[in-house]
Amino acid sequence: MWSSVLAVISRDLKLAFRQSGEWLNPLSFFVMVISLFPLAISATPAKLSAMAGGVVWIAALLSVLLSMDSLFRQDYDDGSLEQLLVSPAPLPLVVLAKVFAHWCQTGACLTLLSPIAALLLHLPADVAWALALTLLLGTPTLSLVSAIGAALTVSLKRGGVLIPLLTLPLHIPVLIFATAAVQAALNGLPIEGYLALLAAFLVLAVTLTPLAVAAALRLAVGG
Amino acid sequence: MLAVSNLCAVRDDRVLFEHLDFNLASGQIMQVVGANGTGKTTLLNGLMALAPFESGEIYWQGQNTQHNPSMFKQNVSFIGHLLGLKPLLTAVENLYFLSQLQQKSASVADIEAALKKVGLYGYEYVPIAHLSAGQKRRVALARLFIEQSPLWVLDEPFTAIDHAGVQALETWLIDHAQQGGMVLLTTHHVFNPDFPLQRLDLTSYRPQEYR
Repeated sequence: MWSSVLAVISRDLKLAFRQSGEWLNPLSFFVMVISLFPLAISATPAKLSAMAGGVVWIAALLSVLLSMDSLFRQDYDDGSLEQLLVSPAPLPLVVLAKVFAHWCQTGACLTLLSPIAALLLHLPADVAWALALTLLLGTPTLSLVSAIGAALTVSLKRGGVLIPLLTLPLHIPVLIFATAAVQAALNGLPIEGYLALLAAFLVLAVTLTPLAVAAALRLAVGG
Repeated sequence: MLAVSNLCAVRDDRVLFEHLDFNLASGQIMQVVGANGTGKTTLLNGLMALAPFESGEIYWQGQNTQHNPSMFKQNVSFIGHLLGLKPLLTAVENLYFLSQLQQKSASVADIEAALKKVGLYGYEYVPIAHLSAGQKRRVALARLFIEQSPLWVLDEPFTAIDHAGVQALETWLIDHAQQGGMVLLTTHHVFNPDFPLQRLDLTSYRPQEYR
């Protein structure tokens, strides 16, 4: 069972490595959006750092949503999805493996890029840490939840447009608590409570969304 | 042994077949025949639990596959209409991944031997995107020798394969059956009259009137 899970992760990462445009695109989008804010709004450090949390998180949310259509699309088109379904490994675990591999290309990279974003938006170093922590805890939830949308729309030709529409309401709590955490860190307040809530969302998403994604994939292939 | 009882498949409010019963014992090759749209692929997909049947039961070695799906899945190699190969990965990488997914421990040497057997010696480390349609089909067929499952479920395996390949595939099917394996395939390929084959004609399970 675990050999199948590891095989899925390593294959997806290898594929991502061979088509780097796929995963670099959302990352460059993320950096571009953030780098345009100081130019368009104001270069005053106080103004920039006040809205930094919101800007980084909106950019992260949008770039994750942008990248989600590719999660199952190629597997559906070339028949790999059928092979995943007929394999003896439990489908929810395979889904979790695929989302993890996808998160490594999006959320994990966004977390690594967040110090650059913090620098561009004049965030102090300790707040940059808080921002990175919220991204580390929050982006897996974003990936898992939008995977439901990706699975539901995989059999549609232009389904990618529907993923944000379907899943955006579910991302709002993560967005609210993550940006609130950054704001609290900026004001020198403790952020553990916010981080605990983000972690709770993550646990909920890890346990429940793979089941929903697996059911949606079965519908997409069998329907 | 694979036993199927009282299957009924419905697609878009149309009954494709009903009251379908058959047994597939070891050593048997069964060809599912029927005109286009009689439900050949639907039958195979349904057996592999890719699409639900309207009703009916499937038993593998006497056990209902719905109650113990992983035991059935471990013993089947399914090659569908889509091959499930990644264009950017090489033949060996694809086959290694698929064997791990099937929870079979194949070594790279096993995979290279299987590729040689299907006539792709020298193409082991070429990305699938660079192979022709027939060569891709052969890569998929190499899985049969790597996974060594008792039951082969093949949807149109003769598609895009050249004349020599067709004959080779026929002998592989016979060899597998002689070693006690089972084959369930759909194809429009015409076998020789002396080919040890059973036919399952889906047309005769079609309801007489539209319901």
